[in-house]
Amino acid sequence: MSKLHAAAAAFLFACLASVPARAETAAKIDSADTAFMIAATALVLMMTLPGLALFYSGMVRKKNILATMAQSLIATAIVSLLWGVVGYSLAFSGDGAYVGDLARVMLHGIGVETVSPLAKTIPEILFVAYQMTFAVITCALVGGAVAERMSFAAFSLFCVLWLFVVYVPSAHWVWGGGFLQKMGLLDFAGGTVVHINAGVAGLVAALVMGRRQGYGKENLSPFDLSLAVVGTGLLWVGWFGFNGGSALSAGSRAVFAIVATHLAACAGAIVWSALEWIQRGKPSVLGVISGAIAGLGTITPASGYILPWHGAVIGLAAGFVCYYMCTFVKHALKYDDTLDVFGVHGVGGMLGTLLAGVFATREITVSADDPGVSGLLEGDVHQFVVQAIGVGVTVLWCAIGTFIVLKLVNLLTPLRVSTEEEREGLDIALHGEALHQ
Amino acid sequence: MKLITAIIKPFKLDEVREALIEIGVHGMTATEVKGYGRQKGHSEIYRGAEYIVSFLPKVRIDIGVSEELADQAIEAIMRAARTGQIGDGKIFVTPLERALRIRTGEADSNAL
Repeated sequence: MSKLHAAAAAFLFACLASVPARAETAAKIDSADTAFMIAATALVLMMTLPGLALFYSGMVRKKNILATMAQSLIATAIVSLLWGVVGYSLAFSGDGAYVGDLARVMLHGIGVETVSPLAKTIPEILFVAYQMTFAVITCALVGGAVAERMSFAAFSLFCVLWLFVVYVPSAHWVWGGGFLQKMGLLDFAGGTVVHINAGVAGLVAALVMGRRQGYGKENLSPFDLSLAVVGTGLLWVGWFGFNGGSALSAGSRAVFAIVATHLAACAGAIVWSALEWIQRGKPSVLGVISGAIAGLGTITPASGYILPWHGAVIGLAAGFVCYYMCTFVKHALKYDDTLDVFGVHGVGGMLGTLLAGVFATREITVSADDPGVSGLLEGDVHQFVVQAIGVGVTVLWCAIGTFIVLKLVNLLTPLRVSTEEEREGLDIALHGEALHQ
Repeated sequence: MKLITAIIKPFKLDEVREALIEIGVHGMTATEVKGYGRQKGHSEIYRGAEYIVSFLPKVRIDIGVSEELADQAIEAIMRAARTGQIGDGKIFVTPLERALRIRTGEADSNAL
């Protein structure tokens, strides 16, 4: 009897023991998380096409509208393909301090059951697609700084090289298990990886290429700001997928990120236009949308670590700082960042990454496998120092990397169109098309 | 015959058209144009970059009228297009040598 009992007990124990193991396999891919992340991926792609394409082309002159849209289009096509070929693998596979490995080249080894250790409840192929949309928009953002004068060939080549020299390493350092992530840098959705990189690259490119013909003398005003308003709406809504989706799961953290994001956009819009109203007598539509985008870019790195009211404060700071950057500092320094990629995204990214170290809240950042972090507001100076290091490293690498990439591209094809082509307009000169309205 | 060219404020186009129909002028050509006179332009500001826009949007209308209708037409345009504010526009009158209706070949006053 006792033998039988022992056998039964052993059998029962074996069954019980196997339950957690099987449950773990089954719980790997979560349907709710997967559904949410599919939607978030679509939202972030929508930010570039048509969001950014409309936002940017609405701020250029009539003769350059199609060429400006072409930059967003080609960035999407080139970066997406290269992401699948080797970009994803170098950014998110392996745990090297500086760069990933080649295990996922051509998406090798990714099957229907595969998950990434960085996103354990969604299919790895979805993680690939989601991160792809981030790489796409970052490259596309850079184009705004050199709009109305960079050649299409040069920009295309720039996307190819810049993705690997700047974006991929940066994404690995911050999100893919690299040294900045190990150091504890807080960058929820891309203050460093997306916004500082795009902004600093834009500034370097604008400085290397020089000002547009007629800058400071001729009327370079936007042809159709209503396009930019439509683009802003798409970016704003898409940002819910950008920041919310960076939770990589469909839970409270995603919603907290979305609410903070929205409040930051609102605060940024109000502050920027209010400053214009006070100083210039009229609140401009361009001011409202610029403030909203400044708020959105600035909240990005902090969005998943903070309380909703922190979002509003960060948006307020963004509206203030980016307004002075774009309307005074830029004109005083006389560099021609056509669509203020540096003034909005670069400066916003730096400000937001630092503010993440101020407002990070333990109550929000704590989880089952993470003790959470506190920012300056909760009395911890350490996190702020880490954030400052993250900003410094990103700015430095991006500036040097972008400069080298531009010089390489210039060896193969001139960065800038000819003076005649620039006067005629890039739509006709580069694409053989024009608007007839 | 006279060719009357009037440069008016765009929102006055319908009132001018109605005033001309009342006195028996049944046809005109309207063109969107830009120009400036005593009404200097305005300034536009985009993220701190200020541009002076000298050329303002106006509508130009061209009508051909017989000698006897000319003064009435000029008076009708003056009355309908006037706001009293700077920038109301101008009227130019020039002699018209010939007029033809392309479809029928009718000439001069029959073509107007």
